[in-house]
Amino acid sequence: MSPSLLPWFLVVQRLGIALLTLVIVSFAVFFATELLPGDVAEILLGQAATPEAVAGLRAAMGLDEPALSRFVGWLVGLAQGDLGTSYVNNMEVVELIAGRLGNSLRLAGVTTLLSVPVALSLGIGAAMYRGSLFDRMVSVLTISVISVPEFMVATLAVLIFAVWLDWLPALSYGADVSSIGAMLKAYAMPVITLSCVISAQMIRMTRAAVIETLNTPYVEMALLKGASRRRMVLIHALPNALGPIANAVALSVSYLVGGVIIVETIFNYPGVAKLMVDAVSTRDLPLIQSCAMIFCVSYLSLITLADLIAILSNPRLR
Amino acid sequence: MMADTPSSTTPKGTTRDRTAPKGPGWRFNWVGRIGLVIILFWGLVALVGPAFAPYPPGEIVDWDYFGPVTGKFWMGTDYLGRDILSRILMGARYTVGIALAGVTLACSLGVILGMMAAVAGGWFDMILSRLLDAFNGIPSLLFGLVVVAAVGSSIPVLVLTLAAIYMPGSYRFARALAVNVNTMDFVTVARARGESTPYLILREILPNILGPVLADLGLRFVFIVLVLSGLSFLGLGVQPPNADWGALVRENIEGLSLGAPAVIFPSIAIASLTISVNMFIDNLPSKIRDRSE
Repeated sequence: MSPSLLPWFLVVQRLGIALLTLVIVSFAVFFATELLPGDVAEILLGQAATPEAVAGLRAAMGLDEPALSRFVGWLVGLAQGDLGTSYVNNMEVVELIAGRLGNSLRLAGVTTLLSVPVALSLGIGAAMYRGSLFDRMVSVLTISVISVPEFMVATLAVLIFAVWLDWLPALSYGADVSSIGAMLKAYAMPVITLSCVISAQMIRMTRAAVIETLNTPYVEMALLKGASRRRMVLIHALPNALGPIANAVALSVSYLVGGVIIVETIFNYPGVAKLMVDAVSTRDLPLIQSCAMIFCVSYLSLITLADLIAILSNPRLR
Repeated sequence: MMADTPSSTTPKGTTRDRTAPKGPGWRFNWVGRIGLVIILFWGLVALVGPAFAPYPPGEIVDWDYFGPVTGKFWMGTDYLGRDILSRILMGARYTVGIALAGVTLACSLGVILGMMAAVAGGWFDMILSRLLDAFNGIPSLLFGLVVVAAVGSSIPVLVLTLAAIYMPGSYRFARALAVNVNTMDFVTVARARGESTPYLILREILPNILGPVLADLGLRFVFIVLVLSGLSFLGLGVQPPNADWGALVRENIEGLSLGAPAVIFPSIAIASLTISVNMFIDNLPSKIRDRSE
């Protein structure tokens, strides 16, 4: 294979893996919910249902068809935007999700906008003054945040900002959203928590990426020529660390998918994740399936993007 | 070929850039020692702690709920008036036990498959690697949610789910190490002698990758504790009346606005365990951690 084609080969391979993952995920999501003990029709009708009624409902829902044909039907429906009907309240799943998706995306977007600049400057700063007090403080803080569950960061944020300082409301929803100030307050807590979680990852990876380029011979050369530390990092090292940093950003943002599930639950935030957790407790299968697919697809796109950036920005592959 | 593209889900690559100890050696620095002491402490608590509990963990011993720290209740009482200290001692058994079982299963399976793939190569390696790479693209907490929604939560289900989530990462890590060892002369010689694959794996390769594999096991243990606590926090992990530490935080979350010790102490327990494992792994003697390098 000619060397100039190698990165494109890797890109195609990576996209192939993403596609394979998508197939496995949809398969797993569909059949995991098929494993449910008991029959959906029986669960829906309750214990007092006659066998005839159960059989009737089963036929009406298409449950007596073979599983594989239902899987294909579900997949086709999914691709066309038909997500089915909720078992619990008979509403269209599309409608249930549509109302919530915007909220979740807004939360994720605000968090990303806030944490990327902060995390990048902290990470680059820590790498620039490696071994200094600042660097060590940042390291200890990020390790602590990474080592504890998301809900503890949230708990701590509530404890500090809502209980001790009394600046912000502990719950985001139901809070008054009439003025901009009040709305900011309502968003503040979930955003602070999520930002902490994803920034910690981003800071560590950014620092590692910059330090790795700082260890290369050409940076040492710059040092020997008498370039200042600032010039050495910002002009010589940083441009070459951009690829790994972009990779780190995309990977860290993918942590939002896990973080958002915990954060929406703890703050009672009306997003897709809260919808899904509630659906799990009521065993509302179509809703669980659709929410799970939404999360998996966004996670998958982000980590695929991260890998593609890493492949394309690696000059050794060209 | 995939070995040099970056690992996509585990942040382990980034946790290894710390200033390496000077020169090879078996020395531990004091941070590592503190970590080890805390780990051993929680291990001991999980084994014999419940025997020292001042009250039965499920018994309501106080009329007041979210009681403060007193001489009678060292860590206060929970939302039903149960003794938090006793519940934390009992919870250690669930948190440490489930996580340990999960990580052992995940790593032994992952490492064995990884070594087999490295030694066998060819189609076996190719298919297994692609399949497990694909599996890596599923967010862990979400996978747990779907499984628990499907089959309900019980301790065996939790152990198997957690093991399934972290097996692919362990496979990938062990395979990358084993591929390097596999090209060394002593392995070639053993293969030329006509040794079987199990012999090659267990006698030639495993001893040479054991150090890094154990370090990786420690990091994975932390991830598993975090996901387990997260699931329990969502009410999908260990079911009441039993509770692991994550479930203890969930049960008492309403006490948060009162600043109740019932929320704070289980949180401290989780944090101390995970942070100390990280401290210990980060400061392992380089001889153990980087054996294959």
